[in-house]
Amino acid sequence: MVSDAALIYLALAVPLIGMFALMAASRWAGLRDGLVVTTAAVMFGVVLQLLPRVREGQRPSATLLELFPGLEIAFVVEPLGMVFALLASGLWIITALYAIGYMRGAKELNHTRFHVFFCIALFSATGIAFSANMFSLFVFYEVLTLSTYPLVAHKGNEAAKKGARTYLGLLLGTSVGLLLPAIIATWWLTGTLEFTPGGIMAGRVDPTVGAILLVLFMYGIGKAALMPFHRWLPAAMVAPTPVSALLHAVAVVKAGVFTVLKVSVYLFGLDYLRELATSDLILYIAVFTLLAASLVAMQQDNLKARLAYSTVSQLSYIVAAAMLVSEFAALGGGMHIVMHAFGKITLFFCAGAIYVATKKTAISDMHGLGRRMPVTFAAFFIGALCVIGVPPMGGVWSKWHLFMGAYDSGYPLVVVALVVSTLLNIAYLIPPVVTAFLLPSPEREQTGGVREAPLLCVVPLSLTALGCLALFVLAGPLAELLRPYLAVPGG
Amino acid sequence: MTEHLPALQVVIALTAAPLVMLLNRLPRLAWGVTLVTCWATFAVAVMLLLQVSDGSVIRYEMGGWAPPWGIEYRVDGANAWVLLIIGLVSAVVMPFARRSVDQEIPADRIGLFYSAFLLANAGLLGIAITADAFNIFVFFEISALASYALIAMGRDRRAVLASYQYLIMGTIGTTFLLIGIGFLYIMTGTLNLGDLAARLPEVTDTRTIRAAFAFIAVGISLKLALFPLHLWLPNAYSYAPSMVTVFLSATATKVAIYVLLRFVYTVFGFEFSFVELSMAWVLMPLALLGIVIPSLIAVFQDDVKRLLAYSSVAQVGYMILGISFASALGLMASVLHLFNHAITKAALFMAVGCLVYRLGGVSLARVAGAAERMPWTMAAFVVAGLSLIGVPLTAGFVTKWYLLQAALMEGFWPVAALLLATSLIAAVYMWKVVEAAYFRAPPEDAREVREAPLALLVPTWVLTGATIVFGVWAQFPIGAARNAADALLGVPQSW
Repeated sequence: MVSDAALIYLALAVPLIGMFALMAASRWAGLRDGLVVTTAAVMFGVVLQLLPRVREGQRPSATLLELFPGLEIAFVVEPLGMVFALLASGLWIITALYAIGYMRGAKELNHTRFHVFFCIALFSATGIAFSANMFSLFVFYEVLTLSTYPLVAHKGNEAAKKGARTYLGLLLGTSVGLLLPAIIATWWLTGTLEFTPGGIMAGRVDPTVGAILLVLFMYGIGKAALMPFHRWLPAAMVAPTPVSALLHAVAVVKAGVFTVLKVSVYLFGLDYLRELATSDLILYIAVFTLLAASLVAMQQDNLKARLAYSTVSQLSYIVAAAMLVSEFAALGGGMHIVMHAFGKITLFFCAGAIYVATKKTAISDMHGLGRRMPVTFAAFFIGALCVIGVPPMGGVWSKWHLFMGAYDSGYPLVVVALVVSTLLNIAYLIPPVVTAFLLPSPEREQTGGVREAPLLCVVPLSLTALGCLALFVLAGPLAELLRPYLAVPGG
Repeated sequence: MTEHLPALQVVIALTAAPLVMLLNRLPRLAWGVTLVTCWATFAVAVMLLLQVSDGSVIRYEMGGWAPPWGIEYRVDGANAWVLLIIGLVSAVVMPFARRSVDQEIPADRIGLFYSAFLLANAGLLGIAITADAFNIFVFFEISALASYALIAMGRDRRAVLASYQYLIMGTIGTTFLLIGIGFLYIMTGTLNLGDLAARLPEVTDTRTIRAAFAFIAVGISLKLALFPLHLWLPNAYSYAPSMVTVFLSATATKVAIYVLLRFVYTVFGFEFSFVELSMAWVLMPLALLGIVIPSLIAVFQDDVKRLLAYSSVAQVGYMILGISFASALGLMASVLHLFNHAITKAALFMAVGCLVYRLGGVSLARVAGAAERMPWTMAAFVVAGLSLIGVPLTAGFVTKWYLLQAALMEGFWPVAALLLATSLIAAVYMWKVVEAAYFRAPPEDAREVREAPLALLVPTWVLTGATIVFGVWAQFPIGAARNAADALLGVPQSW
């Protein structure tokens, strides 16, 4: 039996080892691409080894180094982090396959650099998932920002550079300007940054100060994209689609909301959060964000931009879930990380496949495209339903918990807002499918039958679409796995 | 032999200096002798630090004359730490110097150059080690005169003017120091620092002593480039030869800060300096202005060397800020920053030296696109730059962390916020360089540029690596800084 620490370090080391291996193999494209997939698969395998232990109630942990007393880079695998790590590494395998197809199909350059930074991004995402304290999490959080910057700027043209600058500026600015002060203040007031079930603030931090800290934390975690600090996410859409798919629908943004949940549950503690004057404020900001972003999404003709605003909106579901301070909602928030990930990655894969096959990015150009790319648009439909939260997709369960949580905590208005938002989801995610299947294609494109994107694009998006369906059934085990993260010792 | 280590610390370099001058015709040999001297000095500094690491004090009577009549060398946790910084930087910069100096200094002056360098080195070591006030002044002059010569040897003609500016300001500074020391001597009849400390309490309530304090504080502030007395520094650092900039930026201001600490804590005492004369309330506003304004000026510089020079003024501000908290923790943070900033800034200026070696200059326009041709140099610049900003897992972060703790402990929330804000400004001006080097196309007339030679790269990476090592395993510098703070406060603290 491999020790806990060894497994944790291995999970972190695999992407780095893979990175060096594929740098060494950069001259042989086939070998390099093979290594990318292998790395992803091995990493998923390692992370999977941790799952049974966590389900048995163990909390595998390891301390890498102590900077100075009390400030450590340390890891502990708890349910929420387990789910996040499984999600990121599992979807990486599929994304790696997709990326190979996409990068070749779309004739992008600098494949090795692209994969190298992808490896670092996954390394830091895993670091975030397993961080035992806020300091470690912060370090990996920043590495994730820095490692994804070259991916956003990948194309190297003016638009890419401009987008990347917004991306870096907002994410670094919020994290150093707001999150870091919040962390230091927390350390100063409580003497610890350890993620502790039940929180560390109760009884140590005056609720007035706590209320200020909450605002600093929630806006400091820029990756959660609360308005008005959401601009980086649409800006990041200049990146190649695999980046948008895995990083800006899963790893980076989910790292943001994951941090929100971690901070809410393990630093503040739900009971303490309830006392704070600003938790309602953040809740309403999140509700505003999820409605406003939906409205903006409806205006977008560029498919990826529409998906990006949809992500902004969906992230706020999870922030709202944390601020509802109900266990139902917090559980729903955890589940929504997974459900939305599968739905949104499918949607992005489809957007990329459409781009590779036709070079089209605008929804208004996609008339009749469904007949040409039936598999892609079918998958798009499934992904859309999952994000909207319609049975038989996994997305229904997380929304179910959210509705219950909102109702439970006595926020009927929030329930109404969630209903409205779901309707808006339908309004902006279904039209592309309708356009593609039901509207006639332009005259000049009517020749030819089915012409899908390359197989390496189509297979991954089919897999994730199937995942959306499978999650409908797997939601129970997922909830079981997650539930202990809310357990308060002695509560 | 070991009992003579304190003397050797200064004497080795001091005697090697004229020898190297005689070797002016043989530049390679001159370099070799200087290298060996610096390494020997470094070894002595390490041994001294080890000896005092348990909190003990080494006293050495020069020529067997008992203090207070003779000159005493006195090594404790505080100055052993400063000696180590000087020794380390000179030991690392010498291998770097060979190629860099060969290119920047006319061949017939290389021996003279190294001779002046050794004198500057010996002067700084002497300032740090001696326990005699007048001796401090003498060593200040030795190091300063040698530095004027070193700076004036820069390739740019403006180096001469910069050196002259530095000479005027430096002379005013040391003159003030001398006047102050003279006042102290008139009132107490002694020059030995320990003796002064013992006799001053009887006469502190006089205008003369207060005037002495003022003269000494202002004089040293000139030398350590405390805002707004920093005007000599940007020009001096910008136009000096690369290797001189590396050495001076890492040591000269640090030694002056040490002298300030020595006078404030050991000679005048905490009570007199901070309680009676409320020095904190003078230092803190100057430190804060000194952090913010030069940082902002740095953002608008077009020359990388000049940009880093303004950043140095800001970093001095951080060190003074820590002192101005008038707490053990603040003092320790400052002393820690002496070391962390020395290795960080030396690494940065070495990377700049590599760029100068290949590009001939470091205006942003010329640095444009350099990262592609000189990836290792620019990587070192980025890593050391992260330490300058204070990113976690670098040395810079450790000091920022302690400074913040010290600020919060006194309840200075706005100061803590300002510290974070200025880190962001540092990120902005470092980003300017990174953006030019990585994202801009090289200028049309760019010469065929290659990566800097290993002789330059290896020393650069030694210090760059050190910023990471001491950011991750921070126990060693933290322990040493605590020792140093204990020595200055005179009482071991419960850290």
